[in-house]
This record gives sequence, C-alpha cells and structure tokens, in this order.
Amino acid sequence: MVETTLLVPGRFDRLETITDFVARAARLAGLNESSVYHCELAADEAYSNIIMHAYGGENRGDIQLTCQCEPGILTIIFEDHGRPFDSGSIKAPDLSGPLEELAEGGLGVHLMRQLMDEVKFDPGRDQNRVTLVKRDHSRVP
Amino acid sequence: MEISVQDYKRVSVIKVTGRVDSATAPDLEAALKKQLEGDKAHIVMDLSEVEYMSSAGLRAMVSTLKAARRVSGDVRIAAASPRVEEVLHLAGLSSIFTMYGTREEAIASF
Repeated sequence: MVETTLLVPGRFDRLETITDFVARAARLAGLNESSVYHCELAADEAYSNIIMHAYGGENRGDIQLTCQCEPGILTIIFEDHGRPFDSGSIKAPDLSGPLEELAEGGLGVHLMRQLMDEVKFDPGRDQNRVTLVKRDHSRVP
Repeated sequence: MEISVQDYKRVSVIKVTGRVDSATAPDLEAALKKQLEGDKAHIVMDLSEVEYMSSAGLRAMVSTLKAARRVSGDVRIAAASPRVEEVLHLAGLSSIFTMYGTREEAIASF
C-alpha cells in the first residue's frame, strides 16, 4: 500500500489541489478514468462539507487528506478539528415532492454515497474523520 | 470558470465553461440571479463545456430553477457534457430539469 498525506488550510480555493491529489492517487490505485472522476467529486463534497459545517466557514482550520492506494482500491481519509458534525445523519433530498419543497441541503452527502463504495463518518470531540472507499469493479477477484 | 450571457428576445442563454465547484459556484449563482432580477426568467444553460460540476453547482441551478418557476419561467439545460449528465443523474436531478441535446433546441422550446 502506498500512503500519501496532504495538509491544507480549509479554503475553497484549495479545492483543485485536493481533487488533483485524489486523482493522482486514484490513478496510482489503477482505477479507470470514470472512477477517478467519482473519487475527485466525492473528495470535493467531503472537503467542502468540512469547511462549511465542521469549521463553519473558510480559514478556520486545517484539513488533512490521506490517500491509501492498493491495487484496485483507493481509500480517502479526511480529518479535521472542527466541531463534531455527523454527516451520516443527513438524509438524501426528497425528490418525490413538489420542486418548491425540495431541500437543497444533503445533496453533497447524497452524491458521496452514490459515487463511492463506502462512506463512513466518524465525528469526534477532538477530531472528525470521513473515510471514502472506491473499488475497481472491473477487476476479476 | 467562465460565464457568458447571450440575450435573445424571449430567452437568455448562459454558457458555462470550465469547473463549477464550491469556489466558483457563487459566481454562477450571482450570474443566474442577475438574469432573474432583470425579469429574464426564461433561461437556457449551455453546459457543453463544463468539465466538472459538484453539488455546489447543482444547488445554484436548483435554487434558480425554483425562483424562475415562481414567476412562470424555467431553467432548461442544453448539451450537458457527459460528466454533468452523470452528476445530475446521480443526484436524482435529471428528472427535475428539462434537458435538450443542443442549444438551438433548448432555445426553441420556450
């Protein structure tokens, strides 16, 4: 397994740095380009949520990103020291009702769940952790 | 991200190019809001050259769609790139937006 770590201040102008880092790790794990894009998007959503909800805004704390690359598997881990924020309790938007009642919140978490094979939220008193896993399903076991 | 606006008689076409994420989505939302404030509630979004769109971009589009429909307008999507189509589908929003293969078809639909 190859593990790489990046520490960035929680700011939206660092998003491309984050997604480029994840894309490189996804390719190192041998994922196809569609899966690489899924990993980039999911990482974007997780990172953005940490800024907005754990830190309550930009420039309020650092975010550590760790990518663990194994053949056909990428594990993405975000850690922050913001307030405990349990994204796992957020429901997907209800698309069955009238448009006017559609809540736009929850789209990011919903997308993460759609894009990745595993999404785990570990809120904590001193540190929050979000773990995302993507597997290459085209590989013969 | 770049945004260009072309006003026709009945419709405004907003072409978005590049990357729409939490850093750039506020600019997109502001441009869409400006159209609505100018009483231009018939909007075509040309997304043919959007290489990347996160939920931030989707939220901007949904909130604009709601606001446009309140005043009997609409936001219709033209030529969404494969990546945009995919993220709209994964988010469950492809049933909420009317989508057209070309800019011309979307304009003519109004």
